[in-house]
Amino acid sequence: MTTISVLFYIFSAVLLASSFGVITARSTVHAALFLVLAFFNASCLWMMLKAEFLAITLVLVYVGAVMVLFLFVVMMLDINTEELRAGFWKAFPLAALVGVLIALEMALVLMGGFSRAAAPVADAVALKMGNTRLLGIEVYTNYLYPLQIAAVLLLVAIVSAIALTLRERKDTKAIDPALALRARKAERLRVVKMAPTIEVASVPVGAPAAEPGKEGGKA
Amino acid sequence: MSANLSLTQLVAVPVAPLVGAIVAGLFGKQIGRANAHRITILGVGIAFVLSFMTLLSVVNDGAHFSGTVYEWMNAGGLKMEVGFLIDGLTAMMMCVVTFVSLMVHIYTIGYMEEDPGYQRFFSYISLFTFSMLMLVMSNNFLQLFFGWEAVGLVSYLLIGFYFKRESAIYANMKAFLVNRVGDFGFLLGIGLLLAYGGSLNYNDVFAKGHEIAALTFPGTSWNLLTVACICLFIGAMGKSAQFPLHVWLPDSMEGPTPISALIHAATMVTAGIFMVARMSPLFELSEAALSFIVVIGAITALFMGFLGVVQNDIKRVVAYSTLSQLGYMTVALGVSAYPVAIFHLMTHAFFKALLFLGAGSVIIGMHHDQDMRNMGGLRKYMPITWITSLVGSLALIGTPFFSGFYSKDSIIDAVKLSHLPGSGFAYFAVVASVFVTALYSFRMYFLVFHGEERFRGPKHPESPLGAEAASHAQGDHGHGHDDHHAHVPHESPWVIWVPLVLLAIPSVIAGAFAIEPLLYGGFFSHGVAFENVIFVGENHEALTEMGKEFQGWAAMGAHAFSGLPVWLALAGVVVAWFFYMKRPELPAVVSRTFSPVYKLLANAYYLDKINEIVFARGAVAIGRGLWKEGDVVVIDGVVNGSAKFIGWFASVIRFLQSGYIYHYAFAMIIGMLGLLTLFVTLSGK
Amino acid sequence: MNFTDISLPHYLTLGGILFALSVIGIFLNRRNLIVLLMAIELMLLAVNMNFIAFSHYLGDMGGQVFVFFILTVAAAESAIGLAILVVLFRNRATIAADELDALKG
Repeated sequence: MTTISVLFYIFSAVLLASSFGVITARSTVHAALFLVLAFFNASCLWMMLKAEFLAITLVLVYVGAVMVLFLFVVMMLDINTEELRAGFWKAFPLAALVGVLIALEMALVLMGGFSRAAAPVADAVALKMGNTRLLGIEVYTNYLYPLQIAAVLLLVAIVSAIALTLRERKDTKAIDPALALRARKAERLRVVKMAPTIEVASVPVGAPAAEPGKEGGKA
Repeated sequence: MSANLSLTQLVAVPVAPLVGAIVAGLFGKQIGRANAHRITILGVGIAFVLSFMTLLSVVNDGAHFSGTVYEWMNAGGLKMEVGFLIDGLTAMMMCVVTFVSLMVHIYTIGYMEEDPGYQRFFSYISLFTFSMLMLVMSNNFLQLFFGWEAVGLVSYLLIGFYFKRESAIYANMKAFLVNRVGDFGFLLGIGLLLAYGGSLNYNDVFAKGHEIAALTFPGTSWNLLTVACICLFIGAMGKSAQFPLHVWLPDSMEGPTPISALIHAATMVTAGIFMVARMSPLFELSEAALSFIVVIGAITALFMGFLGVVQNDIKRVVAYSTLSQLGYMTVALGVSAYPVAIFHLMTHAFFKALLFLGAGSVIIGMHHDQDMRNMGGLRKYMPITWITSLVGSLALIGTPFFSGFYSKDSIIDAVKLSHLPGSGFAYFAVVASVFVTALYSFRMYFLVFHGEERFRGPKHPESPLGAEAASHAQGDHGHGHDDHHAHVPHESPWVIWVPLVLLAIPSVIAGAFAIEPLLYGGFFSHGVAFENVIFVGENHEALTEMGKEFQGWAAMGAHAFSGLPVWLALAGVVVAWFFYMKRPELPAVVSRTFSPVYKLLANAYYLDKINEIVFARGAVAIGRGLWKEGDVVVIDGVVNGSAKFIGWFASVIRFLQSGYIYHYAFAMIIGMLGLLTLFVTLSGK
Repeated sequence: MNFTDISLPHYLTLGGILFALSVIGIFLNRRNLIVLLMAIELMLLAVNMNFIAFSHYLGDMGGQVFVFFILTVAAAESAIGLAILVVLFRNRATIAADELDALKG
């Protein structure tokens, strides 16, 4: 029993246990947390398989971003989880059957020709370069085009997520510049021709027509 | 076998009446009545003259013609052509047809004078002449069938000439449908001969006759040629009104009298007889077919005669007489005495046309009343009609030295000498029928021309309104002949009695003249591809035996008085005289005493009823059944049912769309599981 | 299979069991949409496990590249899935999948 084997069994056990926990947890938050645990263990397993970059990526991206997002959504939505578990165990027999069948068949397929025990010889140069560098070389030379497409895919995902969930605030006073630019004088201003109203000046009654001298000196 | 006949002359024979028919038919209104009859008579006249010339060439110079006039289609080796086969048989038929047609054309000028459909009638009878000529001159089955159908069509048009009368329409449909039954058999026969003979041409098929006779009908043990010949004869049964397809002929009297004379006495009904004679090389090879022909003919000859005795309509008596005489001709064909049958065909054409036209003259004189119970004593008022009708009747019953005697007695002799199965019954039938023929002929003669003048009194209570009387019953008193207030008959105009006289002459002498050359003189031996036109098998040599005893027409006439038929005929005349002249109250007593027999005869053996109930209603019932069950249940059921099924299925399937996403997810997972299983099991781990 | 020396079959079995668990999870949590999405993440994890194992034992970097892209896509898909969930909750105030049957046939 080498260290590697023991570690493998430990990590696998926890992984499987936490997966079981994901699917049977009573609370959705618990399920999300179990999933985080599962990812961590998977990451460790990958590390053992000398895929360091992806192991770290799993933790950073998956756990750090995706699972956090899950938790956000779970906490944000006011969900009645109790009610959702009604009839939970009803489908268990069928589920168990299907699950077992799938596992067995996959075992049949995958195990038949792949029982080689030998671990591959690690290339000295490769070991020196490290997994990250190797992966980078591979991605940026042979799989450059798929990389660009993946980038576009992510962009599309962002845009669609925003487009789906964006709501306008009703109380902002912000002006939509496009609307402002579209304003036309003809829509805002209307010039109406009107005849002027002429006011006849009222002459005071009894005022002398001319006494300019008396009032001239005094202000 | 020397001279060839001129093709132009031969083509002109059918074409001239056709042109007349087209002009009178399409342009009748424009050219007017007189021109219509002039052009059609011109056409038929030309045809007659050329036919007669052809006959002279054939008889004197042994001329013949066999060949294609125009090949109009060649379908995969099957040649469809217009062709002529002119030999003694054809030439004789051409002459008979054109002569009788010409007489009828002239007669019609007077008979149909007041009818609004004058030009149409002339067009039809000329068209009929064309069709009949194409039939007899044909050298292949297809043209024969064309002529066959065409005469059937024109017969339909003419029987229903008074198309506003319901009974006329029933009659013409009946004629057409019964003929259809016959034509169906005919077509089957032609089809069989085409299939096994490989060609539609007569000569080709006749050459293969022995081959075909050796085959059996597939799937059975019947001789193929017998089947084909019987099928052909079924066509003849329809056209020549043999039992049981005779039912249309009495009803065809709904048509005007001239066509009864032309079509239903002299020409169309003889098409079947002609056809069997023409096909003699085939019929001779099948004894079963010949027996069948003999029996059918004998039944017709005897039993139709019985029906003639109880008829009250003058035209119906002559119609049943025609049926009976056609039976005689058929019997002669059956005993392989084909020349005798053709001989009787010729003499019968003359005297029967004469009798019909005479009846027509009487009908005109009686102002279109056809009931004999309203006639009597007409000999004083219509002398020419009287004399010619007497001549016709004497010829019909077989009075020695008249034409009918030679032909009828020859038939009786031929039947006596035949050994064919069924010829015994046939002999009894034709001899008994001599008595019956005399009885009804002279019953008619005495009722019409002698005795009490019943037309002076009230009409007989059971008299129906005759066909022509009804169509004239529009209150027009301006009759072309003259105005009759006293309603005493008078002789018909010359256009009516001249044809009567012209027909009476051959009724007397044609027999004596023609018997020797026709029957014993090898008239029918001037064949083309064969030794004989009429081919007779080895043990069917009745005619040759008769030929040994024949010593000329005079001797035969004198010898007749030592034979049975003449005395039977005389007995018939005496009985008729007794019942209708001496003791005219007796017939009513007899009919009451033997009322079941009388009813049977009056209803024509209930054959019409049987046809109506079994066939007509049966067909309607089958149609209804097919509609209710076949159409509604099966077809609509399948079509509408499949639509309903789709609807039902969709209503079931739609539950797959539950609207719940997790159901869809489950479906995907289970599908994936299935695919995985497939992959595991099929990739052969 | 040797239980002491870890080799490819071990990892493949692990991946298979993880996948089966996630399928069971879908069947069991059919009503709770969020846990459904989480089960899908588990499925992707199982697949990734397989890829990394193959990449290591066959010495081919292609497997790891593929996992790289799967992670990308998984992230994008989770984001959009949750956005839809949020909008759904806004409109229906529920995330119970069996109340969403408006498309019933």
